Amino acid sequence: MEARVRALETILTQKGLIDPGAIDVIVETYETKIGPRNGARVVAKAWAEPDFADWLRRDATAAIASLGYTGRQGEHMRAVFNDTETHNLVVCTLCSCYPWSVLGLPPVWYKAPAYRSRAVMDPRGVLEEFGVALPAGRKIRVWDSTAELRYLVVPERPVGTEGLDQEALADLVTRDSMIGTGLALPLEARP
Amino acid sequence: MNGPHDLGGLHGFGPVASEPGEPYFHAEWEKRALGVTLSCGAFGAWSIDESRHARESIPPATYLSASYYEIWIRALETLLERHGFVSTAELAEGRMLEKGAEPKRVLKAEMVPAVLARGGPCDRPLDTAPRFAAGARVRTRNLNPPTHTRLPRYARDKVGVVEAVQGSFVFPDDSAHGRGENPQWVYTVVFDGAEIWGEGAEPGLTVSIDAWESYLEPV
Repeated sequence: MEARVRALETILTQKGLIDPGAIDVIVETYETKIGPRNGARVVAKAWAEPDFADWLRRDATAAIASLGYTGRQGEHMRAVFNDTETHNLVVCTLCSCYPWSVLGLPPVWYKAPAYRSRAVMDPRGVLEEFGVALPAGRKIRVWDSTAELRYLVVPERPVGTEGLDQEALADLVTRDSMIGTGLALPLEARP
Repeated sequence: MNGPHDLGGLHGFGPVASEPGEPYFHAEWEKRALGVTLSCGAFGAWSIDESRHARESIPPATYLSASYYEIWIRALETLLERHGFVSTAELAEGRMLEKGAEPKRVLKAEMVPAVLARGGPCDRPLDTAPRFAAGARVRTRNLNPPTHTRLPRYARDKVGVVEAVQGSFVFPDDSAHGRGENPQWVYTVVFDGAEIWGEGAEPGLTVSIDAWESYLEPV
């Protein structure tokens, strides 16, 4: 593929159809600027501010945009909240839809057949492979991203975190917890 | 289409493999593949739906053995040829042989931040009222078109409940094939796990899809 992609970039550059500098900026943006910290800040704010949590529930697109996180693969957002009854898990069985604007580019496993095939049918087994054992009786709700809505899971707030500010709270919000393949970190795991 | 992309409920792919360090890119060519694909998307020559259809149309044995960015590049070559930007001969030779089609725009480096921040919203206003309201019981149609659809196989001919009307959006089944945007209402439809997977389904499991109105019939 190395040679094939290089050939394609060469042809397109010779034709003036692409700007190699634009590719550099795209790569730099997703390597250094857009990543799961965006989503973690959204979750931390929702934990700390009930009004923001309500807004996120009603209109996640606008609430998330108010923090400056907009754009490609985050044009239409929906936030789903874990609670003591239900655990939410997000997948895209048909391709690999993922909320780039709040989580960055997806990891390889999210795009791979193993996750896409099993998340809708055997989510508890998938969670076990991620080291997540849900309490008995906790229901699992799987969201298959079949349209252009992109999902952000708001994990349960860890206990004992009342005194933390939002940046410290965001440290406890993992990327996986916002997909539903993980939980927020306990207070003592704070880096 | 019932292509290799429609993976929900298939067996045999093994455990979900985590990866130490999780690099965004596993080779330099993957970075270029991302950038070239996004740059060509900015031409405005095809929709996201047409590009998804190009990816799902890769022969199954190739699709399932290809890495993510390989799937992107194979589909991109198809799209570039289809729309006259690049010829088969050029791809074989790895250099420009003729000028080819002119795109609506070329993405320059200074345009990238604004283009990424804007994205490509696909909600479109509709004059008609939604046919279904939250709480309605619906059955998904048993569709097996050879063309593009966003109704997964596992969720066809199943009874579920409309949980929410999400708004009106470009209809991918038409948009993928150049038949216009033809927006429709989109609903979040929730199914019990047992309705989809039958015997042995995990107790308490629910699965939802976002379904365009024409995928649904009242029950």
